[in-house]
Amino acid sequence: MNVATDQHVETDAHYKVPDVAGYTEVAYEAKKQLFEQVRADIRFSDYLYGCYECGICVAACPSAKFYDFSPRRIAQAAAREDIELFYQQIQEDIWECSQCFSCLRCPRGNNPGGIVTIMREVAVRNGLASAKEALVGYTRIIYKIMSSGTQVSPDMLRPDAFPDWGPETGDVADNLDLWRRALPPETMHTTSAGWSVADKTLLELYLIWLETGALDMIAEVDGGLHSILRELMEERLEEEGIEL
Amino acid sequence: MTIPIEAPIDACTRSHVAIVDHRSLDDPRAELLELERQGELIVQKIDREAVSVATKYGREKRIQKSHLWHHKSCGQCGHIPGYSTSIFWVMRKLGYDYHDPHDQTSCTAWNYYASATSNAAAQAAVAVRNFAAAYESGYFPLIHCGTSYGHYKEVREQLIHHPELRDQVRRIMAKLGKPLVLPEEIVHYSEWFHALRYEIAAKQVRDVSRIVVTVHPACHYYKIVSGDAIYDPDIYGGQRMAVVTGLAQALGAEVRNYSTWFDCCGFGFRHILVQRDFTRSFATLRKIEVMKEEANPDVVLTHDTGCVTTLDKSQFAAQAHGRNVGLAVLSDAQFAALAMGAHPYRVCQLHWHSADYRPLLEKMGIDWEKAWAEFQGDLRRLASGEKRYLDWDDADGVHDEHVPAPSPAGHEHDD
Repeated sequence: MNVATDQHVETDAHYKVPDVAGYTEVAYEAKKQLFEQVRADIRFSDYLYGCYECGICVAACPSAKFYDFSPRRIAQAAAREDIELFYQQIQEDIWECSQCFSCLRCPRGNNPGGIVTIMREVAVRNGLASAKEALVGYTRIIYKIMSSGTQVSPDMLRPDAFPDWGPETGDVADNLDLWRRALPPETMHTTSAGWSVADKTLLELYLIWLETGALDMIAEVDGGLHSILRELMEERLEEEGIEL
Repeated sequence: MTIPIEAPIDACTRSHVAIVDHRSLDDPRAELLELERQGELIVQKIDREAVSVATKYGREKRIQKSHLWHHKSCGQCGHIPGYSTSIFWVMRKLGYDYHDPHDQTSCTAWNYYASATSNAAAQAAVAVRNFAAAYESGYFPLIHCGTSYGHYKEVREQLIHHPELRDQVRRIMAKLGKPLVLPEEIVHYSEWFHALRYEIAAKQVRDVSRIVVTVHPACHYYKIVSGDAIYDPDIYGGQRMAVVTGLAQALGAEVRNYSTWFDCCGFGFRHILVQRDFTRSFATLRKIEVMKEEANPDVVLTHDTGCVTTLDKSQFAAQAHGRNVGLAVLSDAQFAALAMGAHPYRVCQLHWHSADYRPLLEKMGIDWEKAWAEFQGDLRRLASGEKRYLDWDDADGVHDEHVPAPSPAGHEHDD
């Protein structure tokens, strides 16, 4: 039950007050509306059953060891419907999660990592500042997965992109075409995709991105990328005579 | 430090760890078959010889041995290609046929867990589209990536429990001219290696009994929908997942324990790409250094794309800082292939790795300098135009002078 109204939070110690949570410039109703989007996701009820406050999820969490991040607080904020704390988390915490799902050790059956996944989706869909910041430098990867059907292509392995991976990355980049042709499976003689994906398969993937609204999700965080991808997909589908 | 299996086995006899689910946990296979009876979806059945294994809470899971549709991994194919080629090579050597499809996309879950630029319906539709492609081919899907495997299990749960999601995906599949179809079991390649570990060991030509191994269990293999992972009372007393360790032990390697086995590798999905300070720190401080201090292994074996990448690539920067790193990182498939006599470069493609694997090869009795010279000869043939691509015969050195050709086994079908 959500009892955290503007008036109530001042007196209930269980709820984060706006002055502490920050973002006082954002209206409570706007924050609550985001929370409602999270709660409306079909997976939400599968991911949250309450919280013993035992901290097992925190002990198992790699991100909690390096950041000011707590899967327990994610579950608690969602369970208590603490709108102010929820908003703080969606702006400051969620992108620190490793999505390893070690927190599924929860004896109550909660899935804090899953709640984070939903919160991230809502952050992207609404173009929140945290999503824009988190996805800086990520444009090429989203373009690659949505347009080619594979994510990390061989030609992404460049020393300037991965200088901390050692000189072998340079060896790969220098010999890429030859080394790819030395791979026995013929599907892998590719440099711009992990393997050779059939044209028909790509068209089917484009239809999925368009039909499910997944492509339009990025409009708020990266309008340019959204336009490029939408044009690419619609053109290819039109060429094949496929109507949306 | 040895593997702590004695205590749990003493406390819990094998007869107690029976293949009966006393906890009445969901049986996804039974639920799928029930939905099929109701006309909600199609279940692709296991239709070839299979090996039965036990999952975490005792449910029996069957692993089809042959006629498999290889759901490749974008990360493996992209930057650790020897991972994928080793899986194919071992299957060929065991004489099991397979299909390496062009009609396959990535599961797209790496991007999803990194950027959230997708949603439940899209992720489910991508999964079902791939499963439908496998179903149409008649081959049974085998998933190469641990994240694809975990994500697909999660998608299966969502499709089972949410009729509105089934409806949405069914409508999208209808537009693609495909049915809503899921396989009877979602099977990870490391489960295939585990189920066939004694067949693999029977083809072993290299002694690995001097090799000390640590195992990193991949989070998305056994933490997501944990009840579907393989456990075995003979391996860690059934207290940890059995895959990888079971294979290494069947090959005769010494598997040693270390205290941070449950920790993730530090991949982080988005962190490995755009926030690697976290990834490097976690991989080296919580995994590699702990393994070295507590177990001093020759190699860490793992069974997922992200884990091999993270543990292998994160060591270079730490080495520059004088940390206690420098440990070969291989997939279980590459290790098994080497034990079966695979070429370290033509098949296992170790030149794509960063951490130094050469001491491991030397301890396995492999002359890596000779092997590298052979591979350089291959590259010269490609560069000169003598050949456009290397093939499986080249990988086995069929055309090398004074090297006997291996007997043909298995065959590959392409689209």
